[in-house]
Amino acid sequence: MIHSHFQSFRLAMRGIRTNRLRSILTMLGVIIGVGSVVTLVSVGSGVKEYISSQIESIGSNLIIVSLRGRTGATTLSLNECLALSDRNGIDKVAPSISGDVTVKADGNKHETSYEGTTEDYGSVRNYKVESGRFISAFDIEYGQKVVLLGKTVTDELSNGKNLLNTIVKINVYNFKVIGLLAEKGTTIIGAPDDKILMPITTAERVMGNKTIRTLFIKSDNPDTVHATIQALNRTLSKKLRDDNAFSVINQQDILSTLNTVSRTLTLFLSAIASISLLVGGIGIMNIMLVSVTERTREIGIRKAIGAKRANILSQFLVESMVLSGIGGLLGIGIGIFCTVLIARLISIDPSLSISAMLFSLLFSLVVGVVFGMYPAYRASNLSPIEALRFE
Amino acid sequence: MPLIEITNLSKIYKTGSIEVKALDDVSLCIDKGEFVAIIGPSGSGKSTLMNILGCLDGQTKGDYYLNQTKVSTLNDNQLAEIRNVEIGFIFQGFNLLHAFNAIENVELPLIYRGVPTQERHRMSLKALQLVGLEDRMLHKPSELSGGQQQRVAIARAFVGNPNVLLADEPTGNLDSQSGKEVLRHITDLNQSGVTVILITHDSNIASKANRIIRIEDGKIQ
Repeated sequence: MIHSHFQSFRLAMRGIRTNRLRSILTMLGVIIGVGSVVTLVSVGSGVKEYISSQIESIGSNLIIVSLRGRTGATTLSLNECLALSDRNGIDKVAPSISGDVTVKADGNKHETSYEGTTEDYGSVRNYKVESGRFISAFDIEYGQKVVLLGKTVTDELSNGKNLLNTIVKINVYNFKVIGLLAEKGTTIIGAPDDKILMPITTAERVMGNKTIRTLFIKSDNPDTVHATIQALNRTLSKKLRDDNAFSVINQQDILSTLNTVSRTLTLFLSAIASISLLVGGIGIMNIMLVSVTERTREIGIRKAIGAKRANILSQFLVESMVLSGIGGLLGIGIGIFCTVLIARLISIDPSLSISAMLFSLLFSLVVGVVFGMYPAYRASNLSPIEALRFE
Repeated sequence: MPLIEITNLSKIYKTGSIEVKALDDVSLCIDKGEFVAIIGPSGSGKSTLMNILGCLDGQTKGDYYLNQTKVSTLNDNQLAEIRNVEIGFIFQGFNLLHAFNAIENVELPLIYRGVPTQERHRMSLKALQLVGLEDRMLHKPSELSGGQQQRVAIARAFVGNPNVLLADEPTGNLDSQSGKEVLRHITDLNQSGVTVILITHDSNIASKANRIIRIEDGKIQ
């Protein structure tokens, strides 16, 4: 029996070689289906890995508290914020006031955003100072008009000069540049290099913005982040008396949300691509039916010579499986090619999904069996005399 | 016991309300090693008889024993097996597979018998040698003359050492020279012990046989 399957396989290969164009057109549906499933899943997981690595670079022990309150009662004062750092599980707290400003230096102008914050911001958010120094406790105490420039801002304003220790104009006020921040690179959340940092007290006084909207909190230990978040939720809920006035999130939450979104999206797109596999299967069935009719006489000869129903059935089933299997392999090749191409275009690392390849190859073989079954059954059921009489 | 024994066999085709008796109460015995010609005009029922003798079709009434097996009791798979082992077919239109070369065509019955590749090749080559076509073994049917194609078909018919060779107008599509050669091969096979049943409408060809059975209107005369 295995012997006869091998014969059927050789026969099918020969049939495909002699009808090359027809076979490729027949396989096209499967090729496109498998190719798009492999591409979508691979590009999807590549993008997911990229996003994950971006979010993980935030740091797993960073907790972000957003305050939405408009009045004094539903926000926290600077001292209340700083007092949080005495709590269990919390290492450092960096409250932040933010808004948009125009920075001018040496005739150049740049629109950017500012953050008013404290001396711990650098270590909480992982910002490094390339030259100069960070905001000090002294700057905060006296509300000094000093500023640190992000890499993008430096590049926009500097004109090749070193801006450290020079004076820049922020809105209408003169600020001294005490430091230049090192490049953080682009991330999917915001542009971390397109900003300036100033003491929080300066922001309150000079920018007239007294509402702390965001607290960046560094927890002691990544393993106890969830316990710390729960404790923070309780504290803030008690203090603000409004559960809707704040939200506490952490990197892991963002990550899991994004993962869910990208998984759903990939699954959805793959399901659409799989429809093309089904359509490909119908194409295979169509051509197999044509082939059975064309080869009616051949079937008659084979039956007269001693082929059993099962031999004829297996011959046509193997043929449709070979068609769909070769289609699947070509599809995988095209999927790999497209994945590498797209990954290069959007500059992520290609993440070829072996399981998607195996799955879609298996799926196309199943399509071959399912859609080859009816034509093969018809062939095997032909009566030998009628088949021999067929012209 | 004879190799082939047919008793009171009838085959009736029904088309709507019209009944056509293709074979009407036919009885026939053929012994092992005989060379029998069945002769009759077209529409006489000889092709129907050939199909039944070849286990390609069943009868409406009567019994058919082939080598002591009651053919009417066999299922589809057993019929395929008996065709494979007991019978070799030679058709008027050769009926070779066009995608295959000569030796592959000859190998075909052995494939369905499960003969291993090497053995199959050896047997097929020997069969082709007997019909004088070993130097054409890699040619496709379209590259062979009609006579050569029929000789390939003869090789295919006897490669598996069947008991009966059924030839249906084997020279019908051939010129007289090729026809003679094909007939010579068939006669040679008969002399080596194979039972031959030849169906023809040509009494010249039928004269080569030891026994001539005339059939007309579904009855043996």
